[in-house]
Amino acid sequence: MMDLDEIERDLLKEVADISGVPKGAYNFRVNGKSISRNTTVNIDIKSKAQKSGIDVFVKAGTKKDVVHIPVILSKSGHKETVYNDFYIGDNSEVTIVAGCGIYNCGVNNSIHDGVHVFHVGKNCKVKYIEKHYGTGPSKGKILNPTTELYLDESSYVELELEQIAGVDSTKRLTKAELKNDAKIEIVEKLLTHGRQTAKSNIEVILEGENSTADIISRSVARDISKQDFKLHIVGKTTCRGHSECDAIIMDDAKVVATPSLDAESLNAELIHEAAIGKIAGTEINKLMTLGLTRAESEAKIINGFLR
Amino acid sequence: MLELKNITFEVKDSEKTRHILNDVSLKFKPGELVVLTGPNGSGKSTLAEIIMGIKKPKNGQIILNHEDITTKTITERAKLGISYAFQQPICFKGVTVRDLLEIAKPKNKDFKELEIVGLEKSEYLDREVNKTLSGGELKRIEIATVLARNSKIMIFDEPEAGIDIWSFDNLIKVFKKLKKENKDGIIIIISHQKPILEIADRVIILKKGSL
Repeated sequence: MMDLDEIERDLLKEVADISGVPKGAYNFRVNGKSISRNTTVNIDIKSKAQKSGIDVFVKAGTKKDVVHIPVILSKSGHKETVYNDFYIGDNSEVTIVAGCGIYNCGVNNSIHDGVHVFHVGKNCKVKYIEKHYGTGPSKGKILNPTTELYLDESSYVELELEQIAGVDSTKRLTKAELKNDAKIEIVEKLLTHGRQTAKSNIEVILEGENSTADIISRSVARDISKQDFKLHIVGKTTCRGHSECDAIIMDDAKVVATPSLDAESLNAELIHEAAIGKIAGTEINKLMTLGLTRAESEAKIINGFLR
Repeated sequence: MLELKNITFEVKDSEKTRHILNDVSLKFKPGELVVLTGPNGSGKSTLAEIIMGIKKPKNGQIILNHEDITTKTITERAKLGISYAFQQPICFKGVTVRDLLEIAKPKNKDFKELEIVGLEKSEYLDREVNKTLSGGELKRIEIATVLARNSKIMIFDEPEAGIDIWSFDNLIKVFKKLKKENKDGIIIIISHQKPILEIADRVIILKKGSL
C-alpha cells in the first residue's frame, strides 16, 4: 500500500471508497505528485509532458474495466491545476472513479482545479463517478472541477457528480457534446453548509440525431450557504433533453436555479423542471409519527434526497 | 384508556373564525375498535390529528392512561404508542418504502407488513415513496407503516380511499385480525364505508364539530 497517513487514508475512503490497493488501473495523486500508478493490458496511464496531469487510454473493445484516479490534498496552501484527458476507444465499457479530498488545517487556501476531458468513442458505455469532500478545521478548501465530454455515435455516458460536505467554495463546469444516438445522464448532488458557496454550470449540446440528455441536479443548502445553478440544453436536431433541478433550502441559505433550453430544430424535444423549497412540514410530521425526532426526520429526508 | 376532554379547535381565515371542533369529549377503552364517521368537513381528521399531536387544540385535554399528553410532541406520542395512517399519504423525494418501514420498526427484517397490505416485497421495498406509485399503492404503504409500528393505539384515516375492491375486502380482514391480536389496544378508523362500520364495536358520529 502507498505511504499515506491516517487523514489521507480517510479522505481516500470518503472520495473513492478505497481502503486498499484497488483492482485495475489507477493513479493516486497526493499533494501534487503521482505517488502510485498501475496500468493494465487495456488501460494505459501516462503523465503529461508539458503540464500537470495524466492521459488515460482505454483500448477499443475493453469490457468492464475500472480506473481509479483519486486526488488528495492534505498540505495546507497547496494550489494546483491538473489536466486529465481520457481517450476511450470504440466499443468499450469502463468505469472511471475520480474524486478529490482536501484536508486543511493551516491558514492558506488549498485549491484543486481539475480539468477532465473525455473523448468517448463509438458505442461506448462509460460511467464516471466524482466525489468531492473537504475536512479539517480551516476554511479555504476550494475545488473547481471542469468536465468536458465529447460523445461519439451511439455512446452512453453516465456521470455521478457529488460534493458531499466540507468544500468552502466550488465552481463546477460540466459540458458535453453529443453525436448521433449518443446518450448522457448526469446526476449532480451537492450539499453546502456554513458560509460555503457553490456554483454549477451544466451545458449539453445535442448535435446528433436522436441524441438524448437527462440531467438531474439535487442539492441541499444549509445555514447561510449559497448555491447557483445554470442548466442549459441546446437541441440542434431531432433529439430529447430533460433537466430537473431540485433544491432544499434550510436556515438562511440561498439558492438560484436558472434552467434554460435552446431548441434550434423543430424536432428538438426539450423539457426542464426546477423546484426550490424547504422540507415540507408534512414529510417531517410523517416521520415523527413513526417515532423520529424533528432533527432525525430532517436528516433522514436529506439523506434520502441526496442518495 | 384514551380520553379527550372538552376539545375545541378553530381556524382563523382572514377575519372569520371557523369552529372545527366544539367541546368534544370522548373515551376510548382498551380492546375497542371505534369507527368515527360523519359528513365531510365535520372535523374527523382534525380530531385524529389532535390525538397524534399534529394539530394543537385551542382548549381541552388529551389523557392517555391517566397521563396528560396535551402538550407532548408528535414524537413523544409516537413513543407512547400512538400511530396514525394519514388520509393523504405523504410523498417524499428519495425516501424509499424500505426506509419508512425500517423507521417504523427498527431492525425490520421480514417486512411482512407489505405482504399484509398485498404488496410484493421484491417489487416495492426499494421504490421511492412518490407519485410514481398509484394512489392505492401509496395508501397501502401508508397503512403498512402503521402496522409495522404495532402500537397500542392505531388511527386509520379513511384507509379505504383509493383502494380497489379486492384490497378493500383484504383490508377488512386486516382490521379484524388486528383487533383479535391487539386485545388491549385501541383501533380508531375514520370511514363512511358500511363494511367498516359493521366491524366496529362502537360508531361515533361527528357533525359540524360536535358529537
